[in-house]
Amino acid sequence: MANISQTNEAVSTNLMARALREAFYAGLVALGLFVLFVGLKTDQNILNELILVQRWGLLAIFVAIAVVGRFLTVAYIRPWFEARKAAKAAAPAVEREAGFVTRNFTLLAVLALIVYPPVMVGLFGFQGSLKWVDNFGIQILIYVMLAWGLNIVVGLAGLLDLGYVAFYAVGAYSYALLSSYFGLSFWLLLPMAGILAAAWGTVLGFPVLRLKGDYLAIVTLAFGEIIRLVLINWTEVTKGTFGISGIAKASVFGIWSFDVSAANNFAKVFGLPMSSAYYKIFLFYLALALCMLAAFVTIRLRRMPIGRAWEALREDEIACRSLGINTVTTKLTAFATGAMFGGIAGSFFAVRQGFVSPESFVFLESAIILAIVVLGGMGSLVGIAVAATVMIGGTELLREMNFLKQIFGPDFTPELYRMLIFGLAMIVVMVWKPRGFVGSREPTAFLRERKSVSGSFTKEGHG
Amino acid sequence: MALETDTMTKDPILKVDHLSMRFGGLMAINDLSFEAYRGDITALIGPNGAGKTTVFNCITGFYKPTMGMITMRQKAGKEYLLERMSDYEVNRDAKVARTFQNIRLFSGLTVLENLLVAQHNKLMLASGYTILGLLGFPTYKAAVGESIERAKYWLDKANLTDRADDPAGDLPYGAQRRLEIARAMCTGPEFLCLDEPAAGLNPRESLALNELLRSIRKDTDTSILLIEHDMSVVMEISDHVVVLEYGQKISDGNPEFVKHDPKVIAAYLGVEDVEVEEVIEQIEEIAPGDTH
Amino acid sequence: MEYFVQQLVNGLTLGSIYGLVAIGYTMVYGIIGMVNFAHGDIFMLGGFAALIVYLILLGLFGGVPIALALFIMILIAMLMTGLWNWVIEKMAYRPLRGSFRLAPLITAIGMSIALSNFIQVTQGPRNKPVPPLVSSVYDVFGIAISLKQIIIVLVTAILLTIFWYIVNHTPLGRAQRATEQDRKMAALLGIDVDKTISITFVMGAALAAVAGTMYLMYYGVIVFTDGFTPGVKAFTAAVLGGIGSLPGAVLGGLMIGLIESLWSAYFTIDYKDVATFSILAIVLIFKPSGILGRPEVEKV
Repeated sequence: MANISQTNEAVSTNLMARALREAFYAGLVALGLFVLFVGLKTDQNILNELILVQRWGLLAIFVAIAVVGRFLTVAYIRPWFEARKAAKAAAPAVEREAGFVTRNFTLLAVLALIVYPPVMVGLFGFQGSLKWVDNFGIQILIYVMLAWGLNIVVGLAGLLDLGYVAFYAVGAYSYALLSSYFGLSFWLLLPMAGILAAAWGTVLGFPVLRLKGDYLAIVTLAFGEIIRLVLINWTEVTKGTFGISGIAKASVFGIWSFDVSAANNFAKVFGLPMSSAYYKIFLFYLALALCMLAAFVTIRLRRMPIGRAWEALREDEIACRSLGINTVTTKLTAFATGAMFGGIAGSFFAVRQGFVSPESFVFLESAIILAIVVLGGMGSLVGIAVAATVMIGGTELLREMNFLKQIFGPDFTPELYRMLIFGLAMIVVMVWKPRGFVGSREPTAFLRERKSVSGSFTKEGHG
Repeated sequence: MALETDTMTKDPILKVDHLSMRFGGLMAINDLSFEAYRGDITALIGPNGAGKTTVFNCITGFYKPTMGMITMRQKAGKEYLLERMSDYEVNRDAKVARTFQNIRLFSGLTVLENLLVAQHNKLMLASGYTILGLLGFPTYKAAVGESIERAKYWLDKANLTDRADDPAGDLPYGAQRRLEIARAMCTGPEFLCLDEPAAGLNPRESLALNELLRSIRKDTDTSILLIEHDMSVVMEISDHVVVLEYGQKISDGNPEFVKHDPKVIAAYLGVEDVEVEEVIEQIEEIAPGDTH
Repeated sequence: MEYFVQQLVNGLTLGSIYGLVAIGYTMVYGIIGMVNFAHGDIFMLGGFAALIVYLILLGLFGGVPIALALFIMILIAMLMTGLWNWVIEKMAYRPLRGSFRLAPLITAIGMSIALSNFIQVTQGPRNKPVPPLVSSVYDVFGIAISLKQIIIVLVTAILLTIFWYIVNHTPLGRAQRATEQDRKMAALLGIDVDKTISITFVMGAALAAVAGTMYLMYYGVIVFTDGFTPGVKAFTAAVLGGIGSLPGAVLGGLMIGLIESLWSAYFTIDYKDVATFSILAIVLIFKPSGILGRPEVEKV
């Protein structure tokens, strides 16, 4: 007994010594990393010359965080994780019955979304609900639709597309231009934007789809940038960086309008007080309906031969060809279908903003959409929707952290940290769950029972 | 000589004429001609690096041969020049299916899904190129039912029915080999090319494979071309053997004939040309009368 | 004619900077098959480090001989970005090595977003102009060649030579090439693969830091978003030249520099990036593995 406790003690002093040592190194590294960028700040003085402002206190905080963090990790957190892992491995694997929420997650989520606007109106009033319905609700739904579209290309067909935002832009500008120049209605332009984007997808896809892997990635990125640059520079049509404003609002199937001056204004017809909230709530339900349609189509497509061919393509392209599948058209359909979703989302985006400019279609948007697809778990609609909610909703929430001003003083603008935290969150989630939130895959057909396929078998494609 | 007349009466399904394939400075196949006959199991054998897989890749459209002609004649009489077709057309139109030396399954799809992907073109047509299927037309549903029946048939033949809903990547090696063959059969081929189907199998798996191949031969009118190293498999199931060495044909005939062809023996034992005579003599001494 | 040669000189200067950054992309890609999207931001970080070091020197000594100042700036910027990339590789990429191909790509994109915003938060969002460090211009047969262009091309050439020597003639280079060919086998033969990969990241970052310093000197201004466009251009250069090939990266960089300056000179400057990206797409359509890349043989 005495012996064991002695060795235990020795182990723990060893651990402490190691933790201290590693904490010291971490401190040194942090000092090296931050000494220039945190310890000093370049600022402009009155003469517009650059001067350095010293911030050694802040640097000390950074280093202290690194030291303490490393110490705690090595001394406590890591042993705790290992102990838990060992305990889990030792305990017999109990197949836990999925709870009510897990089993009916999709249904509950849809129900929650349907009651979301009235609840927000009830909580914050019409004016107060605007932010929650628009910034959170509609924006997240747009990203969900975009990510589901990209999911067809990346998650199902395994083609890495870094320029997806191009189709989003095509959709948005199709709506903006055709409605401003020709006065076409939203209900005509919504499908048209999808078709135009799909056509662009086919045109761009045709020459590049024989490229593989990272070559395909860079060419799609290049196309995304080309489209953005054309939008910026073709000022006669697109008005360049000024963008197109005053885009017509959508109407309820042409029956009721949301234009304040129109005779059939929604509020006037029903004798309601004027508020922009009605329009936003209408858009929310419209976005929800479009998302449901997209989900329905995707689920259906997966069970079609074309959907299976996409997934087969992701698993093994050569085998596909040996089975008589024309991989070029298969890739093109994936590309075009994904582009169509992007185009529809784009036209919706234009109608929601009432304004489009090339600013909205930078590479960062493509990266965010791709991140949502991968973080959600490639191929899984539910996982992707969850990822979109967490990532977009989370960063939107950061805008709301005004109480932090009380802690850090009035100069503190939480918005500045939004993208920093977004980037760091991408890294943390990916390291924590490399296969995304939902790593498994649902089979599209079964003989006896539907068993999900573990992520360790699915491939990620090389195209 | 008797052999020659025998082949004349047979109906060739695949004719390879003066096939050559050059990779840079390397002549992988050099003026190769042979025929495979309808209903036969033809084996393509030869030492490592003889160019067997290259021949396969030329037949199935994955490589474009430098020279030569490959003619596939279907039962209905239609002829296809395979060297002019893309890889997927070779399967879709000419009805030539193949497997791969290092198994290529869709490992993240279930066994059943693998077999459904193989029926892509048929289902694609039935789904009205997706559009009718998306709208839920009954013709598509019927076609899916039919495809599942066909899949079931081959699952049963390959002894995989119990694993139908498991991911293909989860199957043991032998079962993966059988699944790959079953998948190729689901495309409804007239000619099936198997690249080393028995490689790496244990004796029990070998047995199961032989059974599957025999049932293909017995129950369907698919002809088979196979590359194999395992001589026991070759001798047991093939009707006709073509031997390659350094990209050239050195022997062609029934297993019995090839087995005793001194050139083949020399190629496998690795002796100089001048020693071939000696080897023949030695064989004659060991087993006189066995040769003819 | 003089105008044309002038544009050639400008293009070569710009191309040298792209080439230096492209090497970092191509080396990391070669050794672990990953597109290190954060590399452009490492370049930007290098520029900022050089800027801050310059301001320190200015503050401490009033004025320093420019050659010495540049030397110190480059040296510290190299150390700095080397350390950053070493830590980044260890924390964000190494845990994902050998897993899913897209996972490290996503962490790299996340890292790129985090790095540029880190600089925005700590250094402020505004442009950082510096007074011209080197301003002499020489007239060579009617072509204006500035000293900074000479410095950039010269430094690039020297570094490339050193670098080429390291990769081809030292045990470290051998370890890198072995790891590139077959990581498992290299490990079995006693090569410390982790260390080799770390050193590759550090080397790539150091070259990016030099490029960052040159960029700062050439344009006299830097801002936190400067990682993106030059980063994408350098990545384009690496792919154009054939990703994984070192001479390819330099060639691609020079080509992009030339395309850009010639296009701006003879056509419209607005569409210069469109021209660059279009040429990339066209080259890849006809030569799917880049100009000097090994053509990918499809293994059946």
